[in-house]
Amino acid sequence: MLYREAGQFKSTYAEDQQIFPIRQDRVAVALLLAVAFVAVPLFANQYWLSAILIPFLIFSLAALGLNILTGYAGQLSLGTAAFMAVGAFMAYNFVLRMPWLGVIPSFILAGLCAAGVGIVFGLPSLRIKGFYLAVATLACQFFVLWAIQRWGWITNNSPSGVIAAQKVEILGYVFDTPQRKYLLTLSIVAVLALLAKNLMRSETGRAFMAVRDMDVAASVIGIPMMKTKLLAFAISSFYCGVAGALYAYTYLGTVEPEAFTLDLSFRILFMIIIGGVGSILGSFLGAGFIILLPIFLSILFGALSHATGMQIPHSVISNLELIIFGGLIIFFLIVEPHGLARQWQIAKEKLRLWPFPH
Amino acid sequence: MNRTTLAITLAAAVGFSGGAFAQAKEQFVPANFYWVGPYAPGGSGIAGGMIDYFKMINARDGGVNGVKFTWEKCETEYNNARGVECYERSKKHPPTGATLIHPLSTGITYSLIEKGTADKIPIVSVGYGRTDAADGRVFPYIFPMITTYWSQNTAKIKFMGMKAGGMDKLKGKKIVNLYHDSAYGKETIPVLDAQAKIYGFQVTHLAVPHPGNEQQAQWLQIRQIRPDWVILRGWGVMNPTALKSAQRAGYPREQIIGVWWSGAEEDVIPAGDAAKGYIAAGFNVSGSNYAVVKDIEKHVYAKGNGEMNDKSRVGSIYYNRGVVFGIVTVEAVRKAQERYGKGKSMTGEQVRWGLENLDLNEGYLKKLGATGFMQPLKLSCMDHEGGGQVKFQQWDGTKWNVITDWIASDQSLVRPMIEASAAQYAKEKGITLRDCSKEK
Repeated sequence: MLYREAGQFKSTYAEDQQIFPIRQDRVAVALLLAVAFVAVPLFANQYWLSAILIPFLIFSLAALGLNILTGYAGQLSLGTAAFMAVGAFMAYNFVLRMPWLGVIPSFILAGLCAAGVGIVFGLPSLRIKGFYLAVATLACQFFVLWAIQRWGWITNNSPSGVIAAQKVEILGYVFDTPQRKYLLTLSIVAVLALLAKNLMRSETGRAFMAVRDMDVAASVIGIPMMKTKLLAFAISSFYCGVAGALYAYTYLGTVEPEAFTLDLSFRILFMIIIGGVGSILGSFLGAGFIILLPIFLSILFGALSHATGMQIPHSVISNLELIIFGGLIIFFLIVEPHGLARQWQIAKEKLRLWPFPH
Repeated sequence: MNRTTLAITLAAAVGFSGGAFAQAKEQFVPANFYWVGPYAPGGSGIAGGMIDYFKMINARDGGVNGVKFTWEKCETEYNNARGVECYERSKKHPPTGATLIHPLSTGITYSLIEKGTADKIPIVSVGYGRTDAADGRVFPYIFPMITTYWSQNTAKIKFMGMKAGGMDKLKGKKIVNLYHDSAYGKETIPVLDAQAKIYGFQVTHLAVPHPGNEQQAQWLQIRQIRPDWVILRGWGVMNPTALKSAQRAGYPREQIIGVWWSGAEEDVIPAGDAAKGYIAAGFNVSGSNYAVVKDIEKHVYAKGNGEMNDKSRVGSIYYNRGVVFGIVTVEAVRKAQERYGKGKSMTGEQVRWGLENLDLNEGYLKKLGATGFMQPLKLSCMDHEGGGQVKFQQWDGTKWNVITDWIASDQSLVRPMIEASAAQYAKEKGITLRDCSKEK
């Protein structure tokens, strides 16, 4: 009843080619953006902004980057954290060494650097596939961290290898409060997410999916393998690189190479598996699940032991959180192997029939 | 699934409103530590020591001038992102927000430097964190207290000089710096290089990748170099592995000197026999034979309120370090109350004043029952470190034995390096130095 496109006629090509062809979707996205841009900064407190929403957005962006590569183009990668590291450290260097450039161009250049690294480490994908490719991207993970730790220029010869992100200033406007940082992050993530959504229905996106589904068939119908695969690596790394730059500048403020270990790469991979492989929305849902659930569990247990006054040793609580978190991951993978995004799709289809299901 | 979401949201709502019924006469200190993961022995031990000390102060003295300490535990998993989340969660806690924060991770400390400064909450990193933050003019809210890595490193060289029979005898000696390949591990490289030039010893830096359970290549290299001393800057599993590898390589453990994050019971017991004779620096000692620990046993454990499940850990290195954290916290609050009103809850800004004017001299320590337990400490606006001394202790196979008195660090070398490094940070960030002569 509510969610039905009946009666929505498209009379121009432009209308037919919109990113969201159904009016309800357009309204929903517009509402979501309005809430995110206006209501959240007005009403959310500092804790929500800087400890929950900003990291959620940043990791969504990183998951989105990996989803482009793994979910859409079918190339398994374990180098996500390394691409983020390249983005974070190169953004620092661009701002440090070319201060006239401005922050946003520095982020873009940092993303391009990450894209460059992505292309280099994507080269093996032309020959190897699947798990073997994952192992090849593992090399990227270790090499990038090794380079950052050894090459003093990258960290401006900081003795500990930790860099402190500079002030974020765009056209004389300083982004220093959590509200402003949140808005900056949100703007970048929203623009990049819309771009990704659009890209995936273009010729490039369809080429990615063709390569994913069967690369031999794709090359037979004339899709250039090298260009498509490397482009997927480049775009994916660009997204991860920008996410890394945001991680440094709007979230933590300082970065050490150890923040971008293999562990983080795995976490982002889990985000897209839980959220939905090959889905833009899935990247956000997965990031929400992996980032926010442990925090909520920890708050929940804190509140429970507070309310009941039970004397549970904290080490037990801490371990219990991990056990429940792991259990929930297994549960979701069993009941919904296609990820949370699939649930959303099912819900939409049900809504289409509601209230008269046949 | 809907029900799950609802439950989580409800729980979150409860969690956020939970503090509303707190009373005014309280002083809240976040206990953001870690009880899981590879570094849990350190995190849980220190957390236990600090919280037990607060419990003891609350039970024995009724708090500080009637203001009782409260705390809330938050699991950081030694992870920067979780640490920042815990910080944000705890900083606005009633009645006056977080008094001060012990991040207990160099990485988290770095992440909190700007946030703490903006929120006016002191970030106290006792024996870890950013060394150059000891310059209080640049870092008004960061307190790398008692001893920084750079200071303790000069104390180690002094110890080696003592053993060699004079600092001039260090000439031509060979030292290997075996470090954990992380921000923490790398911190002392510039100091060692500077000292190598002054005293004429040779230093070789060997990195051990995280987590450090594979060190054969490094020890092979050490065997070839045949150094007079090996400095072990390890953390977690790297320490017992180093000791075992040293035994295998035939390197005498009496010539290995660890930092304080390599010198707890948890670091040597897993190495078994291989650890015998190993020496480690420390800014606190082990043992429960101190009045302050006895008081904790009497007022807390005798009533079954203790924090440690395994009571045998009371008096261990990590536990006692937690007690030192507790002492520093409580005394900073006491000092702040002297100026801003006795019997009131102090804000972070007021406690910062308390920290900068902290003066724990020998007499004061005696009153606290901590003579010999920790070193005398005097902080100022200029100097956020305060002590700078370490004791060396040797593992005899069953316990740590203190083998030296407090050995002072070489501040004439460290302080200019701290100031230069802090000045560079100030320049990068555009910070104007605080004028310490105007501070009261």
